[in-house]
Amino acid sequence: MTTTVTAAAAPARSGAAPVARSYRFELVKLVSQWRIRLLVLACWIAPGLFVAGVSEQSTLPSDTLFGRWMHATGWAGPLVMLGFAGTWALPLLTSVVAGDMFAAEDRLGTWRHLLVAVRSPRRIFAAKVLAGLTVILVLVAGLACSSAVGGLASVGNQPLVGLDGHLLAPSDAAGRVLLAWVAALAPTLALAAIGLLGSVALGRSPTGLLLPPLVALGMQVAQLLPLPVAVRLALPGYAFLSWNGLFTAPAQLAPLLIGVAVSLAWAVLATALARLLFLRRDFTDLAYDGAGRRAFTVGVLPLVGLTALTVTAIAFGTDSTGITQAKVQRSVATAFAHLYRLQTEQLHRPAVTEAQLKASAACTKSDGQAAQQGAGNDWRCVVTWHLPGVPVAGTAVYQLDVGSDGRFVADGDGPKEVNGYFLVRTSTGDAPNPLWQFDGDVELLDTTSKG
Amino acid sequence: MDTLHAVRARGITKCFGDVVALDGVDLEVTRGQIHGLVGPNGAGKTTLLGLLLGLAAADAGRLEILGAEAGRTFAAPDGVAGFVDGPGLYPSLTARQNLAALAGLRGRDARTAGVDDVLGEVGLTDVADDKVRGFSLGMRQRLGLAAALLTRPRLLVLDEPSNGLDPAGKRQVHGVLNRLAADGTGVVVSSHRMDDLEALCSEVTILATGRVVFSGPLGKLAAESRELDYRVRTSDPQAARRLAGGTDGVRIVDDTGTPRDGGPLVVRAQVPALDDLVTRLVTSGVAVRELAPVVSPLEAAFLALTEDRETQR
Repeated sequence: MTTTVTAAAAPARSGAAPVARSYRFELVKLVSQWRIRLLVLACWIAPGLFVAGVSEQSTLPSDTLFGRWMHATGWAGPLVMLGFAGTWALPLLTSVVAGDMFAAEDRLGTWRHLLVAVRSPRRIFAAKVLAGLTVILVLVAGLACSSAVGGLASVGNQPLVGLDGHLLAPSDAAGRVLLAWVAALAPTLALAAIGLLGSVALGRSPTGLLLPPLVALGMQVAQLLPLPVAVRLALPGYAFLSWNGLFTAPAQLAPLLIGVAVSLAWAVLATALARLLFLRRDFTDLAYDGAGRRAFTVGVLPLVGLTALTVTAIAFGTDSTGITQAKVQRSVATAFAHLYRLQTEQLHRPAVTEAQLKASAACTKSDGQAAQQGAGNDWRCVVTWHLPGVPVAGTAVYQLDVGSDGRFVADGDGPKEVNGYFLVRTSTGDAPNPLWQFDGDVELLDTTSKG
Repeated sequence: MDTLHAVRARGITKCFGDVVALDGVDLEVTRGQIHGLVGPNGAGKTTLLGLLLGLAAADAGRLEILGAEAGRTFAAPDGVAGFVDGPGLYPSLTARQNLAALAGLRGRDARTAGVDDVLGEVGLTDVADDKVRGFSLGMRQRLGLAAALLTRPRLLVLDEPSNGLDPAGKRQVHGVLNRLAADGTGVVVSSHRMDDLEALCSEVTILATGRVVFSGPLGKLAAESRELDYRVRTSDPQAARRLAGGTDGVRIVDDTGTPRDGGPLVVRAQVPALDDLVTRLVTSGVAVRELAPVVSPLEAAFLALTEDRETQR
C-alpha cells in the first residue's frame, strides 16, 4: 500500500504551545510536589543553621577543606558546605529533580495528555530541561546563600586564609566563594543531565533516580584512586574539587577551567542524547518501559567516547600522577611563608615579607626509599626560612598526607614554638596556631608558577 | 475543506515493527455524531484513537480531521481534544489547578478560560480545590472530560470515558456528550461497555485484529445480526411457551421459570420471527410485560463478528 498522507497545512491547524508556557506548566508541576518544596526549604535554611551551629562549637570539622577556619571567618562556612555538597547534597538534589522529570510522566501515565496539549515533543523536552535547571539553580543558590549568611552572621566578615596560606580580604573572599559555587554548577549540571538521560532511557523504572548519585559516587571513588591526571581531569566530578584552585595566589585556573569545560561537555552531550532518545520514542506504544538496549548504545557509548577523547586531549603534556616532589616542596614552602607571616602578626613580632623569609622545603616520600611522586601519607618535609638580621636559618618539620587529587594536610612536627603545638600564646591569650596544621593544594597540571 | 465530517479515514495502516496494528481502516465520523469504537483487546482501538489525537502518524492511508489533512505526528488541527488510556492528570495539583495549568498551556487566562464552568458541567465543583491524588477513578474520568471541554473541542476523542463512573456520574457524562454532539461536535468513544455505547452512539465501528469488521448505524448492526436470545415475560407463561413453540423461526432456549412462578421465557429468534411471536401473544390475549435481549444486540454482534475473525485467523 502506498501512502497518500500529505502534510498540507489547513487553516484550522494550530501551532504547538510555546516553550514559555510549557516551561511555566513544568514549573507548576515541580513546585506542587511536596518533596521539591521540602528540598527548597531545606536548601535555604539548613546550611545556614548548620554553619552557624558548627561555628559555635569548640571542635571544628578540620578534615573538611576550610573547616579549620570556621572560627576565623564567616566565608569558610560556604566553602565547607560546598565541599559537603559536592560529595552528597548536589548528586542527591539532581537525582530528585532531574532523575524524575521524565519518569514521573511515565508513572502517572500523562505523556499522551501532555503531548496532545503541547503538540511538540521538542518543546516539552526544552521546557522540562529548563524547569529542572531552574529548580536546581534555586536549590544550589539556597545552599550557597544560606551557608554564607549563616557563616557571616555567626562569625563575621573576616579575611579568609587561602589554600596557600595567603590572606584574602573579605571582598576578595566573597567573590571567590561565589565563583567557587558557580564553578560547582558545571558538574551539578553534568549530573543533572545524566539524571535526565536516565529518566528518559529507563522509563518508569526508579533506576533513573539512582543514576546521578551512583555516577557521583563512582567519580568520587575514581578521584580517590591513583589514576593518571588526564583521566582524573576528564571526569566531570573533578570540577567538584578544582574550585580549590581559586583559593591560591595566583589562582590555579587551568584545572578549574578544564574541569568546568569537561563537566559542561558532559552536560551538553548527555542532554543531547536524552533528547535524541526522547524524540525517537513512540508515544502510542502502551507497553513502553524504557529504551532498553538502545539506551546503552545511544546513551552510554557516546559518553564513554567523550571521556576517551578528553583523556587523550589532556594526556599531552601531563605527567602520570601530577604530584611531583618539586611541586610538593613549592606548595609547602609557599603556604608556610604565608602562614608564618600570619603567626608573626598574631605574636606581634616585627613584620616580615615572604621575600625576606625565603622559605624553602625539602620533601621526601617514604624516606627516599620509593619514587618521589604521587599521593600518600608518607611525605615528610623540612621547611627552612630566614629572618632579617638572624644569621641562622629556622627549620620546621611537617608530615604530609597528600591525596590523589593534590590536596594535602600538613601536620606540624616541631619545633613546638613554631609548629609543634595547636595553640600559640599571644598577648591577648591563647590562639589557634596557623602553622600547626594547614591544608594545601598541589596543582596537578604544570601551568601555574607559584610564588 | 470538508465541513460535514469530523473524521474521514481511508485505508489507514499503522505498524509497530512487525506488528500490524491497523490494516486499511476506513472511518467516517460526521460532525454532531457520537461514534462508538469497539473491539477486543489488541484490536487497534487505542492506536486509532492515538492517530485521531495526533499522537502518531499513519504509515499509509489518508486521514482528514476537521477538514485538514493529518499527515504528521502532532499535527492535529485545533479543536481536537480527548484522552487515550485514561485521562492525564497530575495528582499533586488540585482539580482546578490541573485545568488552570492546561488553560495556561493553551495561552488562556485561567480566570477567563471557563475552568469553573467545565468543572460544574462534569459535577466536580464541590471538589474543585481538592488534590487529584484523592480522587476516585470516576472523578478522574470526569476531570479528564472537563480538561477536554476546556479546549472547546470540535472533535472529542475519549477512551473508556465511563470507567469507574457511578450511575449518576455516567448520566452526567452522557448528558455532556449528548450536548456536545447537539452543538455539532464529533465524538469518538471507545468502550467495552456495550450498554454505554448503545445509549450514546448513533453509529459504531467494530475493529478486530486491526481491521474494520463492521461500521455503520446500530440499527443496521441489529438487522445484520444473527438470531438473538430474548427474555419474554408475560401474563400467562404457559401459554406464551406454547405459542413460542408454535411460531416459525422461534426456538425456546431456556425455560428458566415454570408457569407457576411466572418466570421469564428465553427464546432465540431473528427480529421478524420475534415480531410474529409478539403478534400471536397479543392476539391470544397474553399480555407482554417484558421483552428484552438477554445480550444487547451490539454485544452479540461484537461477539459474533470478533469471534468469526478469530476463527478465520
